[in-house]
Formats: sequence, C-alpha cells, structure tokens
Amino acid sequence: MSDKLIIGGVTLPSRLFLGSGKYSSNTLIPAIVEASGAGVITVAVRRVDPEAGQENILTHIPKTCILMPNTSGARNAAEAVRIARLARAAGCGDWIKIEVISDNRYLLPDNQETIEATRILAAEGFTVLPYMSPDLMAAKRMAEAGAAAIMPLGAPIGTNRGFRTKELVRIMIEELELPVIVDAGIGRPSEACECMEMGAAAVLVNTAVASASDPVAMGRAFGQAVAAGRAAFLAGPGAVQESAKASSPLTGFLHE
Amino acid sequence: MNLRINGKSTTLPHPQTLEAYLASRNLDPAVVVIELNESIVPKDKWAQTLLAEGDSLEIVSFVGGG
Repeated sequence: MSDKLIIGGVTLPSRLFLGSGKYSSNTLIPAIVEASGAGVITVAVRRVDPEAGQENILTHIPKTCILMPNTSGARNAAEAVRIARLARAAGCGDWIKIEVISDNRYLLPDNQETIEATRILAAEGFTVLPYMSPDLMAAKRMAEAGAAAIMPLGAPIGTNRGFRTKELVRIMIEELELPVIVDAGIGRPSEACECMEMGAAAVLVNTAVASASDPVAMGRAFGQAVAAGRAAFLAGPGAVQESAKASSPLTGFLHE
Repeated sequence: MNLRINGKSTTLPHPQTLEAYLASRNLDPAVVVIELNESIVPKDKWAQTLLAEGDSLEIVSFVGGG
C-alpha cells in the first residue's frame, strides 16, 4: 500500500519531524535520528561569536535528513525573511520553517506576520512550512500565500503539555488540502499518536525528546507512536457509542 | 578601522578582506553565512570583498533549534 508524505516535491521517509535544540550534547543527534526514523530536522540561525568560534551542528545531522532551518528570533515578517535568506545562503536546501513570535511569555506565533512572510518566501522559491496558532482562516491564507504545509501548535513551545488544541486542529485537518503537521507542545508519544490518528500528516517534536531521561529511547518511542497513529488513521477507527454494545453474541447463554 | 560585527563595535588594525578576517578568527568558511550592510555576500565573493570603515557585518551559522 502506498502511503507517502510528499512535501515540496520530496517523498519523506517518516512522518516524524525532529528538532535539534536543547540536547545535552549534539553528539546524541545521529542516534536519535536513527532510532526515531525522522527524515526532517530543524535548526536555528544565530550569530557566531567571533571570539569563541563555533561548533558546527551540521556535522551531527545525518546527510539523509532534510534540513529545515527555522526563523526563530524573528519578531515580524521582514526579520523572518532576512533569516530565511541567510539560511538558504548556507547551501543546505530551500526548506524553511517560518516562526514569527513577539509574545515572550507563551511564545505564540503571529499569524498575520507569518502569512506575509509565507507569501514573500514562497515567491522566492522556498519550501515554506509556517508554524502558526491553529486558526482555519489564517491557515487558508497561508495556503493561498504558497505554504507547502501548515504547522499548528499543539501547546506552547517547550511545555510538554500535549495536544491541547485538538478541536481546532481537527477542523484544519478536515478543511485544508495541505498537510497539517502538529508542531510544539507535544510531550508524550501517546499524544503524537493521537495527532496522527486524527489525520495529521506528521508531528514535530523537540523538547519531548530532548528533555527525556533517555532521548534516544524516547525518539524511538515517538517514531513508533507516529507510525502506529498513522496506521490507525488509515485503518479507519470505528464509531464512538454512547452506551455499551456487546462484543460477544447475545444468544446461547447458559442460563437460557 | 571601526565597524560593527554581530552588533558589537569592533576595531580592525588594517583593511582586510572578508576571507582574511574569517581566517584571523578561525571561523570555518564552510559553516558561516555573511551579511554585509544587510546584503548577503556569496562565498565566492569573500576573497575580493574588502571591509570598510563603518561597515556592519553579520556572521551567522546553524545551531540547534526546534
């Protein structure tokens, strides 16, 4: 059976996307990628300290992974565009996760600025995946602006609070033609599985893996949960009933 | 010669190219991306790009992030 996730013309090997932040050591990344099966990995763009030199995170990211730089640090569309262009100039492809945030407490994305950044970067040939607050109409504007997928948050970034936005994301999955990828806040494999059972195209996790006692084992668990949830979605879960419906025959009882 | 590098005022002792500056700081050219006065400078132009008084330079690279 063919069940491919194709984004930006690329067939992805897995429906799990992984963030590369906050690991106790970047040397863990190859083992986590392998255990989880993730095919897309995010990175951020930051100033280098000319006095201290820099570690090259790319040496830890398997070449088989698609690199998806984010525009974290951008507070408006113009800053996101600037960061995206810098990221592309590094020569590692044209995928970009747009992240425009001006709310420092909950780190909620600014959908309006994100739509504008999507429009500019899609026109420049980027494969644009906007991180957004789950809102159907904003997502439609992002689709019209040229997004390759839509990435609503499950809960605020880094919280491990789980799939709190499920009612809104469910509607987005139903109504949008683009892949919907749940990004941020997912803390447990069961929650990633729930996203996938609902019909999400993929799940992006970072903190859940990075903050686990054993990040490699947690990466593996997320890979399995995402695959199980996808399989369940394709299998077509049965209807939910209000009252009990016997699973065993209601005839031939011994007391009859 | 005074210029801003990654937001900090910096004094360089003599005029130099981008390539020479990176080498002097042991910055791996394969890893960084450079913006000079808000325009990206392609890697193949670093050897002939001369830093000038008042320039604003941004040197960035990829780091871990979600």
